[in-house]
Amino acid sequence: MTGFGDTLHAEWTKFRTVPGWVLGVLAAAAGIVAFGLLPGIGGSCGTSACPTLIGPDGTEVRDSFTFVHQPLAGDGSITVRVAALKSAVPWAKAGLIVKDGTTRGSTYAAVMVTGDHGVRLQYDYTHDIGGPAVGAPRWLRLTRAGNTVTAAESADGIRWTGVDHAQLPGLPATAEVGLFVTSPEFVAEIRQGLAAGTDSGPSRATGTFDHLTLEGGWRGAAWRSDPVGDAAAGAADGGSGLERDGDAWRVTGAGDIAPSVAGGAGVGVTVTQTLTGTFVGLILVVVVATMFVTAEYRRGLIRTTFAADPGRVRVLAAKATVLGAVTFGVGLVAAAVVVFAGRRVLRAGGVYVHPAALPTELRIVAGTAALLAVAAVMALGVGALLRRGVTAVTTAIVVIVLPYLLAVAVLSGAAASWLLRVSPAAAFALQQAARQYPQVDNSYRPADGYFPLPGWAGLAVLTGWAALAFAAAALLTSRRDA
Amino acid sequence: MRSALHAEWTKFRTNPGWPALLVAIVVGTAGVSAAADGCTGGACTADLPRLSLTGVQLGQAVVALLAVLVMGNEYSSGLAAVTYAAVPRRLRVLAAKAVVVAVVVAAASIVAVGGSLAVGNWLLPAHHLVPRTAVGAVLYLVLIALLALGATTAVRNPAAASGIVLALLYAAPILTMVVSDPTWAKRLQQAEPVSAGLAVLATTGDQPIGPWKGLGVLALWALASLLVGATFLVRRDA
Repeated sequence: MTGFGDTLHAEWTKFRTVPGWVLGVLAAAAGIVAFGLLPGIGGSCGTSACPTLIGPDGTEVRDSFTFVHQPLAGDGSITVRVAALKSAVPWAKAGLIVKDGTTRGSTYAAVMVTGDHGVRLQYDYTHDIGGPAVGAPRWLRLTRAGNTVTAAESADGIRWTGVDHAQLPGLPATAEVGLFVTSPEFVAEIRQGLAAGTDSGPSRATGTFDHLTLEGGWRGAAWRSDPVGDAAAGAADGGSGLERDGDAWRVTGAGDIAPSVAGGAGVGVTVTQTLTGTFVGLILVVVVATMFVTAEYRRGLIRTTFAADPGRVRVLAAKATVLGAVTFGVGLVAAAVVVFAGRRVLRAGGVYVHPAALPTELRIVAGTAALLAVAAVMALGVGALLRRGVTAVTTAIVVIVLPYLLAVAVLSGAAASWLLRVSPAAAFALQQAARQYPQVDNSYRPADGYFPLPGWAGLAVLTGWAALAFAAAALLTSRRDA
Repeated sequence: MRSALHAEWTKFRTNPGWPALLVAIVVGTAGVSAAADGCTGGACTADLPRLSLTGVQLGQAVVALLAVLVMGNEYSSGLAAVTYAAVPRRLRVLAAKAVVVAVVVAAASIVAVGGSLAVGNWLLPAHHLVPRTAVGAVLYLVLIALLALGATTAVRNPAAASGIVLALLYAAPILTMVVSDPTWAKRLQQAEPVSAGLAVLATTGDQPIGPWKGLGVLALWALASLLVGATFLVRRDA
């Protein structure tokens, strides 16, 4: 009788003395690192566009719009009617804004009419509160009292309804307040050949305002029209700015006041995309893991193994432990190299990598390692079930790897997101680095690093599959002849 | 040559696993195609003839598995020594195997592709038959099988061979996708067997390479793989 420790030792010796397996696992790590540091990897950035702005709470933001403003000292309010909003995109915005000067990335609160998403209160880039789902014409009011900015809206300018309020701790005593118009890029999914892609381009919106009234600490300064950020580029071809026509103000703008995102509508790559090599690593790990058990059947070694240790489930458990530990360790090192050192290499090569918080980076590194380890255990189960190397390797790759390929490169939309919910490839969600913002239109596709499940749920799906394969393997191995 | 062919055909048809594999080629291809047909929404309607052949992505793995087994079984069972004793001209053995694999895979692929297109016609009202994609899909699967046969002859270990072939089938298209430089991405897609070969299935959009040229690239890969396999086969011990 032997203990689990002896079995473990035996399996570890088997693993480390087969050069092909050790090389296979090392090649998996090399693949992850090599493709992570590839200078040609997606989204190299121009000179002006990146690095992007940082907002008040440390997130990356975009801040470009046409701003018609004057200073407001202390408390006060501004009321206007948005008579019309001419726009081509759902998230075109026209409304009132209070902001810490005209510096990009500074704190703000705005109430607006949007192209297709009703009246909204947005502040400090990441916060978005929906009001009634109606478009222009609409009356809007923004009131500042201390650090609190309150938004209200009305259909007729008589009966007012509060939208919500925002706390802006960083707002100075004298803020710039006024009208703004902006319009983000349109994003459309296109499909070319094997790869699905996105098409995007600038758009422009014109908002017509009237019935402008002011109350409170206004100094009576003249209205100034300034393009903030990229809107300046639009101004060059006469596409942005202010036209006054009696009581009416026609403001044209382009850009967005929102969090900055990677993907079709954004610049640069996310940490997720630098880990594309995981896919190669996964294939190698699956092959090695499957062969770790099928080779014993091929050579007849399995009879010796089971003669030496009749506890067959224990043998399988020892194999799973060895494989899990080895692949987790190797995956951890490779992913850490890509995430922490790779970013510097890529940035030196002119590729903008969106920064992620340290906990997110640690989750991605540990998640990549866990993905490889659990997939290895699943492949081991498939190998023990099928016993024949070729069949088992093919089955394991088809079950674990093919769904990811289909979801990322072949299918799109609902089919892709369904696959990434139910198949073992769901665990790739552990690598998601960027947040998905409903108030920013973007192609949130798996290929851009956005997954339908949260990371832990994705890992749970893969673990479920692995547990199923392992349990079936354990049951069959004990029941049938070696 | 005829006796070698007869021997290989006998080996193939008496292998108890082959009906299951052929069924897997047909069911896998048609099944995945049908599942893809079932998806709705704007993105799915772009290229219906290609969508109805999505199952080729799975079918190619089974086809490769079949080809790997045809050569791999010789080495995993020790049959190779007997085979080469009976037919000392080893290239003849490889040629006979290539013919058997090509014929069997072509037959299974015709059924699989036909089934996929029939399901597509039934599920997608706007679907229309493009003869080029149908013929191209069958040729693609045959060439993938020959590529796998050559790789297995070179590597001999069937499990390792299937790993290598599947890595080529599934990793290569993903990795060419992440290259951002459009010139290089296009060059890689033109040179890499899967993206180039599958261009034959597309009827819309800007393809990296023409449909028949793409199949030609894949054919070159298959030929190169068979040549490498043949070189190893002749030079080394069985």
